[in-house]
Amino acid sequence: MFHIYCPHCAEYREEEEFHGAGQAHIARPLDPEACSDKEWGEYLFFRKNPRGLHHELWVHAAGCRKFFNMTRDTQTYEIKEVYKIGEKPSVVAE
Amino acid sequence: MTQQNRLTSGGRIDRSKPLTFTYNGKQYKGFQGDTLASAMLANGINVVARSFKYSRPRGIVACGAEEPNAVLQLGATEATQVPNVRATQQELFDGLVSASTNGWPSVDTDVMGLMGKVGGDMMPPGFYYKTFMFPQSMWHTYEAVIRKAAGLGRAPRESDPDRYDSINQHCDVMIVGAGPAGLAAALTAARGGARVIIADEQNEFGGSLLNGKETLDGKPAAEWVRAVVEELSTYEDVLMLPRSTVNGYHDHNFLTIHERRTDHLADIAPVNQVRQRMHRVRAKWVVLATGAHERPLVYANNDVPGCMLSGAVSAYINRYGVVPGTELVVMTTNDYGYQAALDWADAGRKVVAIVDTREAAVGDRTEAARKRGLNIISGSAVIEVQGSKRVSGVSVAALSASGSKVIGSVTKLKADTVASSGGWSPVIHLSCHTGSRPVWNDEIVGFLPGDTVQKQLTAGGINGQYETAVALREGFDAGQKALAEVGLAAAEVVLPQAQMLKVAAPMSLFHIPHLKPTSQAPKQFVDYQTDVTAAGIEIACREGFEAIEHVKRYTAMGFGTDQGKLGNINGMAVAAKALNQSIPETGTTVFRPNYTPIAFGAIAGSHSGALFEPKRFTAMHKWHVEHGAEFEDVGQWKRPWYFPKAGETMQQTLNRECLAVRNSVGILDASTLGKIDVQGKDAREFLGRVYTNAWAKLAVGKCRYGLMCGEDGMVFDDGVTACLGENHFVMTTTTGGAARVYEWLEIYHQTEWPELEVYFNTVTDHWSTATITGPNSRKLLAELTDADVSNENFSYMDWKQITVAGVPARVFRISFTGELSFEINVQANYGMHVWEKLHEAGAKYGLTPYGTETMHILRAEKGFIIAGQDTDGSVHPFDLGMGWCVSNQKPFSYIGKRGMSRSDCTRENRKQMVGLKTKDPKQVIPEGSQAVLDPNGPVPMPIEGHITSSYWSENLGHSIAMGFIKGGLDKMGETVYYPLANGTVIEAEICSPIFFDPKGERQNV
Repeated sequence: MFHIYCPHCAEYREEEEFHGAGQAHIARPLDPEACSDKEWGEYLFFRKNPRGLHHELWVHAAGCRKFFNMTRDTQTYEIKEVYKIGEKPSVVAE
Repeated sequence: MTQQNRLTSGGRIDRSKPLTFTYNGKQYKGFQGDTLASAMLANGINVVARSFKYSRPRGIVACGAEEPNAVLQLGATEATQVPNVRATQQELFDGLVSASTNGWPSVDTDVMGLMGKVGGDMMPPGFYYKTFMFPQSMWHTYEAVIRKAAGLGRAPRESDPDRYDSINQHCDVMIVGAGPAGLAAALTAARGGARVIIADEQNEFGGSLLNGKETLDGKPAAEWVRAVVEELSTYEDVLMLPRSTVNGYHDHNFLTIHERRTDHLADIAPVNQVRQRMHRVRAKWVVLATGAHERPLVYANNDVPGCMLSGAVSAYINRYGVVPGTELVVMTTNDYGYQAALDWADAGRKVVAIVDTREAAVGDRTEAARKRGLNIISGSAVIEVQGSKRVSGVSVAALSASGSKVIGSVTKLKADTVASSGGWSPVIHLSCHTGSRPVWNDEIVGFLPGDTVQKQLTAGGINGQYETAVALREGFDAGQKALAEVGLAAAEVVLPQAQMLKVAAPMSLFHIPHLKPTSQAPKQFVDYQTDVTAAGIEIACREGFEAIEHVKRYTAMGFGTDQGKLGNINGMAVAAKALNQSIPETGTTVFRPNYTPIAFGAIAGSHSGALFEPKRFTAMHKWHVEHGAEFEDVGQWKRPWYFPKAGETMQQTLNRECLAVRNSVGILDASTLGKIDVQGKDAREFLGRVYTNAWAKLAVGKCRYGLMCGEDGMVFDDGVTACLGENHFVMTTTTGGAARVYEWLEIYHQTEWPELEVYFNTVTDHWSTATITGPNSRKLLAELTDADVSNENFSYMDWKQITVAGVPARVFRISFTGELSFEINVQANYGMHVWEKLHEAGAKYGLTPYGTETMHILRAEKGFIIAGQDTDGSVHPFDLGMGWCVSNQKPFSYIGKRGMSRSDCTRENRKQMVGLKTKDPKQVIPEGSQAVLDPNGPVPMPIEGHITSSYWSENLGHSIAMGFIKGGLDKMGETVYYPLANGTVIEAEICSPIFFDPKGERQNV
C-alpha cells in the first residue's frame, strides 16, 4: 500500500484515502471540433504503459478532494515526486 | 501413554504443568512450553501425514515455519476447525484437538499409499495435465476425486465464534525477528530513543539462542535474552510482539503482522479477547533479522519418517527436552550438522555415525565431535534410507570429490533417525515481497537479499552470517544505522561476548547421487509437500522446461502451503545440474505474501457480518421498516423495494401501488438521489459544458433535465438540476452515480477549467425527499402548505421555496411517473416529520407508499430511461431517441459533443432504444433477452438487440418492455423474436417506448 504525500494537505497519508485517475498531462484539445477522428480517438483511448517512470493523476478523494500529479516508477513503485496541477514534473524519463 | 522420547531434565518446558491433547482421536500428554510437534515427537508419533501425490507416510522434519509435513487440522468443534496449522508452530494447550488432513482411511493405513510404492513411472510430472485433460467434460468428475485424495485440510462448516481485529501502527524502526541480530538491533534502537516494533513468530523472543547450549558473557544465552526483553519492556515506545509473524512486506515500508493472541490458550478465545490481530505497520526503517532455514539434503527415500533437519534435532533436544529417536546418523555438508550429533550424545543416546560429504573438514565443531569419539565418516553420504513408517537403517557410500557420483562400496548402518544438513538458506522471503531479486552467493552457498528501493536493513542469518557473535554485531550496526537515518543520536550498547567458533568451508552439494541413475533410484524428494522428486525435475528439464518458473509450474515445486521453504533451492540445484548450468544462471523463483498461511478471519478483521460494508439509511427508514417494506440495495443505500400488505404476492403489491399512483396519489422516498450543490459566477457556464443541453437561459425558479456524457459521447448519468439563484444550482444524480458524478465535476474543474469560478459540494445526506405523485398530489400538498400550488402559480418544471407541514421546503414540480408530481425536499432531520404529516393528510386519498420497483414500472410506462439500466456506456443520446436533449447551439464544445460525431456514432444501423410489445400481452420478456429476426435460423443466430427493462403494466393490462434494436427507430411495427433459455420464443412488435400518455398531458394539469 502506497504512502502518498498530498501536496495540498502537505502530509503523508495512506493510499486508502486516494484514487488513481490514470495518466497525467492529457490535455483536452482546445478545439475538439477541429480534431480528426484519429486525433480524438488518441486523446480518448490511447495511454502509455511504461516500465519505469510514469506521470499519473491522483485525487485525495477521502481527504481534501484535490487532484494532483505523481511521478511513479511502475517497476519499483517508488513515488519520485508529487506536484500540483499546472506544474511541470522535475523528474522525467530519459 | 508415556512420553518415551522425553528427557528427564532440560529444555524450556515446565514438567510440573502436564497438558493433555488429542491427535487422530487418541489422547497424549505433553507439557506447558511444548509445541504440538515437540509433544508428538515426545510421544513417539512417527506418521503425521500422507503425502499429496504418492500418499507416502510422512513425519516431522523441521521445528519452525518451514515444516512441510506436519500440517494439521485443529479444532474441538465444527465451528472452531482451523486447517493448515503447522504443528511446529502451534503451542500446546490443555484439551487441544488435532488431526492429520490426508490419508484414507487413516494416515497409518492408507490405500493410496500403494501408488507411492509402485513408483514414479506411474505419476511423472505433469501427470494430472497429461492424464486428466481429456475428455474435458470429465474434468469435474476427476477433480472431485483428486481433491479428496489430496486435501490439505478443510474449512469449518459453521461460522467462526472468534473475533478478529486489526490495528494501524507507525514506528521509526520495525524489526523482524527476535533472534540475536533482531534483539541487538532492538536494544540499540530502543536505547537511542526510537519508536520500535519488534515481532517474532515464536512464543518467546530469542530465536536460535533458545535452541542450543550457547553462552553469552559466560552465562546461558537465554539469560541475556531475558535481560534484553526486560529492558525493552521498560521503554514506552517499544512494542514487542511475540507469536506474531510478519507476513507481508509491501510498498513504501508497509508491513502486515499476523499476531496470534489466544491460539496458544484454548480452542476458542477467552471472553472479550480477540483471537488474532493484524497489525498494519508503516515503518520509517525496517530491519530484517529473519535468520535462515536449514536445507535438507536430497537422497533416496529421504521422506521416511525419522529423516529430519539437523538443526531441528538440536532444537527439540535443547529447547523441548525431546530426543526424537534412539540411534542417529547425521549427514552434513558443513560444520553445523555436527551440532546435532553432539547434542544427541549429550542426551545419552547413540550416535551411529556422522557422515560428512567433505573429505577433510576441520572446524571447532568437527573437532569437538572427534574428541567425543563420535564415528565420523568423511567424503561419504547417506545414499539411501531403509524403512517405511520409520527409518530402520541407512546405506552409506563414498562420493567423488565433487559429490557428483558414488565411488565406494555401500555400507549399511542401523539407525532410526537421519539428521541432514545441506547448509542454510537465508530467509529472504520478506525482501522478495517488495520485488527485490535475490542474489546467489557462492561463499555461503545460498541466495542473499538483492538490491532494494525500500528503507531496509538486514542483519544476521539473512546475510548468511550464522555465528552468534557476527549476528549480534550486525544487529547492533543496523540499530545504529536506523537511529542515524531517523535523526537520532547513536546509542551506547555493549554487546555480550559470544564464543567465536572456527568454521570450515561448507561443500556446495544438494542432491546426493545414488548407485542407480536418478530416474531409476528410489524417490529422492525435493519438495515434500507437493511430492516433487529430483527425477521429476530432471524429466521436466528433459521435456524442454528450462526457465525455473516453468519447471516450478510443471512440477508444482514450491506450490504447497510452505511455498517451498525447504525444497526450492534444492530444486533449482537439481534443475541447474540437469541443464548443465550454474545456479545463478538457472535463477530463482521468488516468494509472495503471505510468509505463512493466514486465517481469513485475520484478514477480514472486524469487517464481517454487520460491519462488512457500511449501510446508508434515509431519515424515513424506520417508517419503512414498520410498514413492512421489502428492501433493495442500491449502492450502499437500503431503499424500499415494495410495500406488501398481508397475503399479497410481489406482483399483487406492484399492481396495487401502480394503480394508486395513476388513479389517486402515491408517495416515494427519493432521498437517496445524489444531490450536488453548485455555486459560483461560472456555475451556469460549467453546467453547459458537462450537460448535453442548454443551460444559459434557465431562469431562477426553474428546473431542467440533463444528460451527462463522457468524452466518447456515451450517456453515463442523468438528472434534474434546479436554478436556485443566478449563481446557484442544485444538481441531482442517479443514486448509484452520485460519487462518480461529483468526482467528474471536480476533475474537469481542477484540471481543465480552473479559470471557471465554481464550487461543488455533495449535499445528498443534507436533504430528505418525499415525492408525491398522482392526480391527487396537488390536493394533498395544498393541505400542508399555505402557498399557492395551483397550476397557474406553480407550473410544471418550476421549483418553489415554501413551507410544508411547518417546515421550510424546496418543492420541485418534476415528474418521473408522468403524473402530476411534487418532490418535497426538507432538511434531513425534518424528513420523518413531513413524511408522517403527508400520510396523515393523505389517508383520505388512499396515499400509497411505493418502492423502487413500482417507480421503475411507472417510468417505463412513460419510456423514461434509467442510466445504468437502459444505458451501458455504449449508447449516446440519439441512440436513446433523446436528441431533443442535445444542443447544437452552445458555443463551447461541451463534453460528449465531439464524441457523438465520431464516425462510429453516426453510422447506420446502431442499436436504438425502442419499446417492445409482446404479441401475447400476458408474456413479460425477461430482461437481458436477445432479439433475433429468425428464431428458426441456425445457431449462432445474428443478434439484433436486447431487452433492458421489462415489466407487467397493470395500468395498461399488458406487458411493456424497453430495449435496443439495430436501426430500431426506423423499424416501428416490425416483429422480432426473443428465444429464451428454456426453448420457448417470445414474439414482440417494435413500438414507441412511450406506452402511456404519449402527449405528456397528465403531468401538466
